[in-house]
This record gives sequence, structure tokens and C-alpha cells, in this order.
Amino acid sequence: MSLQNASAALIELHDLVKTYKTGDVDVKAVRGVTLEVRRGEFLAIMGASGSGKSTLMNVLGCLDQPTGGSYSLNGTAVAGLNRKELARLRNRKLGFVFQSFNLLSRTSALENVELPMFYTDPLISLRVRHRRALEALRQVGLAERGGHHPNQLSGGQQQRIAIARALVNQPELVLADEPTGNLDSRTSMEIMGLFQTLNDSGITIMMVTHELDIAAYCKRIVVMRDGVVISDTRNENRRLAQQELAALDKAEQKARLA
Amino acid sequence: MILLRYLQSFLLRTLLTALIALRALRRNKMRSTLTALGIIIGVASVVAMVAVGNGAQARIESQVAALGQNLLTVFAGSRRTGGVNSGLGSASTITLADADAIGREVTDVAAVSPEVSASAQAIANGRNWSTTITGESPDYLKIRDWKLASGAMFAERDIRTSAKVAVIGSKTANELFGPLDPVGQSIRIKNIPFVIIGLLESKGAGMGGQNQDDRIIIPYTTAMKRITGEKYLRSVNLQIVSAARMEVAQQQITSLLRQRHRLAGNLEDDFNIFNQKEIADTVGSISKIITLLLGAIAGISLLVGGIGIMNIMLVSVTERTREIGIRIAVGAQPSAIELQFLIEAITLSLLGGLIGVMAGLGASKLIGMILDFKPVVSTNSIILAFCVSFAIGVFFGFYPARKAAALNPIDALRYE
Repeated sequence: MSLQNASAALIELHDLVKTYKTGDVDVKAVRGVTLEVRRGEFLAIMGASGSGKSTLMNVLGCLDQPTGGSYSLNGTAVAGLNRKELARLRNRKLGFVFQSFNLLSRTSALENVELPMFYTDPLISLRVRHRRALEALRQVGLAERGGHHPNQLSGGQQQRIAIARALVNQPELVLADEPTGNLDSRTSMEIMGLFQTLNDSGITIMMVTHELDIAAYCKRIVVMRDGVVISDTRNENRRLAQQELAALDKAEQKARLA
Repeated sequence: MILLRYLQSFLLRTLLTALIALRALRRNKMRSTLTALGIIIGVASVVAMVAVGNGAQARIESQVAALGQNLLTVFAGSRRTGGVNSGLGSASTITLADADAIGREVTDVAAVSPEVSASAQAIANGRNWSTTITGESPDYLKIRDWKLASGAMFAERDIRTSAKVAVIGSKTANELFGPLDPVGQSIRIKNIPFVIIGLLESKGAGMGGQNQDDRIIIPYTTAMKRITGEKYLRSVNLQIVSAARMEVAQQQITSLLRQRHRLAGNLEDDFNIFNQKEIADTVGSISKIITLLLGAIAGISLLVGGIGIMNIMLVSVTERTREIGIRIAVGAQPSAIELQFLIEAITLSLLGGLIGVMAGLGASKLIGMILDFKPVVSTNSIILAFCVSFAIGVFFGFYPARKAAALNPIDALRYE
């Protein structure tokens, strides 16, 4: 990635609106969000349930189309693309991490990681798919678990597999929707550590969460309420997961010795 | 060049998708088997029913052909006494002169054999047997396309002299002589001694189911004088030169006989003409209808099988909503999802078709063994069954696949 690209805006939202029709009532989930995200950022979107953060995430993830305003991803105007073109964008430019992992059960970890490459056109050869999936598994520290099925893995390991799947097509942006919502605090810390490592290596990450202590690992925190952004701040006292984990290990060791 | 690359890519993707589909089907072995069973039964019954229908048709056709080549038979009309109808040949309307006139005046007639017939007791070799005695001309065997197993047919001279010679059917010969060659032996019919000069080849059951081999044939002159004692004929067997001339010949014979019998325009014929070609055509069309009917019934079961596939595919799409959501989220094109489920349905129905063809072959063999008859398996019906099961997969898989591809990824991912 070149230097001039690094500072260019990856995501530009201008007055983005998303309205759902439920029966006769219009539900305005997102009512005018303007936001710019640059390459290399690590951004948390916070808010109570019903604040519109998940809806915003779906639109950002090209899973849903905005009803108003504009959204440009890496210079491509997303509004107006058809299902086919959206699928192509998701496949090439985006990686998803979900709260409930969303791995294919009864399918090995390696095959789960290979899945996005199955839908890349033109077809990627089996050998290359294999090599890239293994590489992604190595990045999340699970290279030796490729043959395991999701039900043989812990929650944290499953989420790592999901992250490897999100990374395998070298996306411009990783979108994570409450990635630690189903995990205990130590595993959450490990996952956030992984995200921080990935972000340090230049990957742009956007994460939705409602927990302040998880958002505290991010570089920038956007807070939403009732479909609008109410604050957008740089996180000055960023928590560093690796240091905290090391400290935790030390404390545990001391407790065991005592 | 690029097109070729895309084609290659498409074929490879289809193959890979087929592997995924096979794996999904293997996961639900019981369900897949039961679903395919509908197609298996449908295809098997198509193959078996068509084979049985064709076999029946072939058998009837060979029976009709066994009657002889281009055969016309003129029967005396039926006799009515009060309300009782005595059936064909019972009235005394056809004479030897009629038979001679037909042979002389109708140009398309190739051979003539006047026929009289009676039931009588035959005694030979110390045994006796009740059988049918028919008087015929020497042309009879040619007309009926019948061969001799041994000996010879009587000749024109035997007709003139009313010779006491007989040609014997294989069944009758067996009853009276057992394995002995009857040719040269003497036989008493109505206490009149005859010499057996020929043994007929076996012809099997006739169209009415009667045994054609249980009979004795003697010169018609001898039969009229010694056995029936009548001057009227039961029928006249005729061979026409070609199938194409049968209808014309029939018309000519009709007008000739009406004229000879002095029947006015409004009177009914006092005779009946049996046209082998007409019978063959009728039988042929009837058996064709039966084959079609059997095929149609089998086709309905194929349709039911197809609906079964659609049902299971719909269940499968609902069950795997989350999987579909994941695939769409990571960038699967709607067409790729559609292809996956379509291929799954096609795989299911094609596998059913394959097993069905084998089951159908087995079933027709079994039916043939039980009914002692030869079913004719047609390659066409096998190819048709395959094509139909493929088409069923496409047709009944299309809607569920469409449904899967149209799923909203957000809802699909949240589906529990």
C-alpha cells in the first residue's frame, strides 16, 4: 500500500439515511450520518440498542442499501449497485466478523477459511486457496487447527477462524459486529489483542460494540444515538491488550506461587 | 480466449458445487434416499411398463404375422334362428363355386383354399383323440405360412380323387403317437381310414388362445364327401398378392359375392370378410394405447417424485438459511447460491433416475420370468427416463433454489 493511499479516505458517508418500512410505519434507523474513515484506522461504533449502529454496519458491509445520502467505499459509490455487484464488493473489499462467529458447521476450519475464495471470480486454484487459507490461519495463530471442525474448538478459537476467513481475501476493511459479545473477558482481551496486531500491520477495522471497555482498545470512538452521531473522538488512553495480557499472566503466576 | 477461461472457470465451479451438493446429500442419507425413492419408483415403472407394453405388442404382432401373409378370409354369414345367433360360418351361404369364382375373377388373389371344418374322433396307434378336422386345398400351408416338420402336403391330384390322406398337427400327433413319427401311419377318422402323409410344425397358441396344433388337415373334397357331408363351405382362405392390394381385393370380393348371391342394394352381406391387415392394425393401435397408458401412469408417479424433491429442497433451504446467509455475506453471487441448490436437486433426481433404470430393468426381467413372456426394453425409454429425471431436477429444484438465492443476507444470518 503506497503512502499517499494510506491517508486517503477509505469510507465516505454523507448524510446517510436508512428507513425501514414496518407495516404502515416508517422506522428511521439511521437519519443522516456523515463520516469519514481513513486507511489504517481502528474505529469503534458505540451506542445503545436501537441507536442505529447495527443498521449502519449492515449498510457499510454492503449487506443493505441506504435509502438516502451517499456511501463511497474506496472511491466506489455503493448506492445504486445491484445484488451481484454488492456481492462482488463484499467478496473482494470486505471481511466480516460476527458476534455468533457464523462458521459453517460440519465443515473444517480450513474449508471455512477457504469459503470466500470459492466465490472469487475468476476461480482461484485449489492450491493457491489452500496456501492462502493456511497463511490466514497462521495470522490468527491457529495454523495447526485447520482440520478441526467448529464444534471441536472453543469460542475464542472459533472467532479466530472467523477472523482468518475475514482476512483471507485481503480486504480493504474488516467489519466486526460485537465480536466479543459471546466471549469471556480474558478471551475478549485476546481477540482485541489480535485485532490490534492486525491493525498495526495496516488493516482497517470498524467494530460495533456497546461495551466501553472493549471500545477502549480502539483508536477512535464514534457514539450514536437515535440514528445520528452524537460524538466522534480520538481515544487518547487506548488500552493495549498484549500488555494487559502479559500483566495478567504475571499476576496469575504470582498468585500461584503465593 | 477470455471466454474460454470463463467457460473453464464455470465448469470447474459447477463441478466443485456438485461436490458440495453431494456432501450435503450424504449428510442426510436417509432423507436423500427417501426423496430419491419417488424418482426411483417413477423411472423404474416407466422402464418396466414400457418394456412390458412393447413385449405384449411384439407378441401380438408375431401372432398376427403367424396367421400368414396378406390373409383374407371369407366367412359364411351368421345364421339366426329366432333370437339365437350361431356365429360366423354357421350359415350355408358360401359354395365351392363361390370360392372358384373368387380365384378366377379377382386378379389380386394369389392362392385360394376353401375350408370346411368338423369336430371328430380320431383313432390311431391304439389311442383315440377328439380333434378338429379341416378340409383345405394344397395352397393352405402357403396361405398360412406354415411349414411341415416331416412328410409332404397333399397335392391337386388328391383333391381331384378325394384321396384319404391327412396332414396332422403336432399336438394331435403327440397325443396319438407320442414321440413316434406319424408319417406313413394310418389313422381312422369317423371310422374312415386315412394315411398320414405330413406332420405340421408347431405354431403355438392362436390369437383366440386355441391350440392351432391340435388338428388334422385333409383335402376339402374328401372332407365334404366323407366327414361333413355338406356342399357349403365354412370359409374361404385367400392370399392376396401384396398388403397394398388387400383393400381393393376385399371390395372386389364383396361385390362379386353380392352379385353371385343376388343381394339387392339394401340387403346386408350374407358373408363376412376377415382382413388380417385390419386386425393387425387394430391390435397394433390397441397395444400402442396400452403402452401409452402404462407410460402415462408411470409418468404420474415421476411427477409425484418430483414434487417430493421440491418439498425436501424447500425444507433444506429453510434449514440451511444460516448457511446461505454466511455464503452470501462472504460474497457468494445469488447465481452461485441458486446453482448450488439446483445442482443438489438435479443430483438427487439423476441418482434416482440411475437407480430407477436399474430397478426397472430388474423388474421387467422379473415380470418376464413370472409371466413367461419376453419384455422388450427400449433404449429410448431409458434415455427418456434419464432426460425426464434431469428435467424434474431442474424444474422442481428451480423454485427452492430461487428462494435460497433471493434470501436477504441480514435476515438469513439472524435466522435461528
